[in-house]
Amino acid sequence: MNQLIFAGSWSPYLVGSLIGVLSWFSFIISKKPLGTSTSYARASARLGSIFFGDSVYDWKYYQKYKPELEWQSMLVIGIVIGSFISAILSGQFQFSFIPLTEFESILNQNIIGRIFSAFVGGILLGFGARLAGGCTSGHGISGAFQLSIASWISLISFFVGGAVTALLIL
Amino acid sequence: MESKARLLKGLGTGIIFGFLLHRGGVTDYNVLVGQLLLEDFTVAKIILTAIVVGMLGVHFLSDRKLIELKPKSGSLRRTIPGGLIFGVGFALLGYCPGTIAGAIGQGSIDALIPGLLGIFSGSFFFAAFYEKYSDSIDKKEFKFKTLPEFFKVNHWQVIIPLSVVIILFLLWLESLGF
Repeated sequence: MNQLIFAGSWSPYLVGSLIGVLSWFSFIISKKPLGTSTSYARASARLGSIFFGDSVYDWKYYQKYKPELEWQSMLVIGIVIGSFISAILSGQFQFSFIPLTEFESILNQNIIGRIFSAFVGGILLGFGARLAGGCTSGHGISGAFQLSIASWISLISFFVGGAVTALLIL
Repeated sequence: MESKARLLKGLGTGIIFGFLLHRGGVTDYNVLVGQLLLEDFTVAKIILTAIVVGMLGVHFLSDRKLIELKPKSGSLRRTIPGGLIFGVGFALLGYCPGTIAGAIGQGSIDALIPGLLGIFSGSFFFAAFYEKYSDSIDKKEFKFKTLPEFFKVNHWQVIIPLSVVIILFLLWLESLGF
């Protein structure tokens, strides 16, 4: 058990199974599937209001998804904490600006390149998740196991778009 | 605002989820990008295993009326372009919305500053886009939300074959040495 707690990494099958079990409990305890991306959309109203004033809160999208702290936003904050705990326990916590990678490119090994790729990538990720209606967890895991048609199409599109881009730029 | 108890449930679920994401290695840029380059299949193994285990459990629970499923709806005009744009962003950033939170927890500043600002901006652009074009974005929603509804079969007739196919695919990946 001790070994498992301090191990650097667990088998992907163990982790996948535990995420599956966590999903059951999420439905039982919180009546909601695991998901993350809507929280960023809620929070984005605050950022937008700095530049465009409080009228953004009246936008249709923010009326539907109000910029308030709710279950899923707390889940995202929890992910930061949980990952931090795991990183500390396994001795892997480390500040880094540029990811240490064998897939070297100007987009990840140069500081300006990395700011560009992370920022522009983030914009497309945020926009795409809202248009598709979910992300890798909401569609890819929770939606797919509920057999949602939209989720399966999204999951396939995520990886097709991602693989083609990665093969072109890296 | 939701109740304190409910917020704490979200936080607790997130802490476990984040711990698992980090232990699974999927808060690491290399593992995520490695998957997109088809060199490292950790992401596929985690997602597919979670789908099988999640699917068997939640449908068992929902058949016994212990939980209520909430499958998402959508349309071709949202899921295909949205999914592809998301994929391009995923490859550039090297994290997705869940794993970026995990990357922040392990100390990745590129996730915390440019990455997070990007996701907020992209979500905000969508809200602006939706303000103008919501009618056309919301059109042509799927008539059927789920695969069993579409094929007009009992859900277990989808769950069992799908689980078998996923398990065979994972065994095949292992046999290839991935």
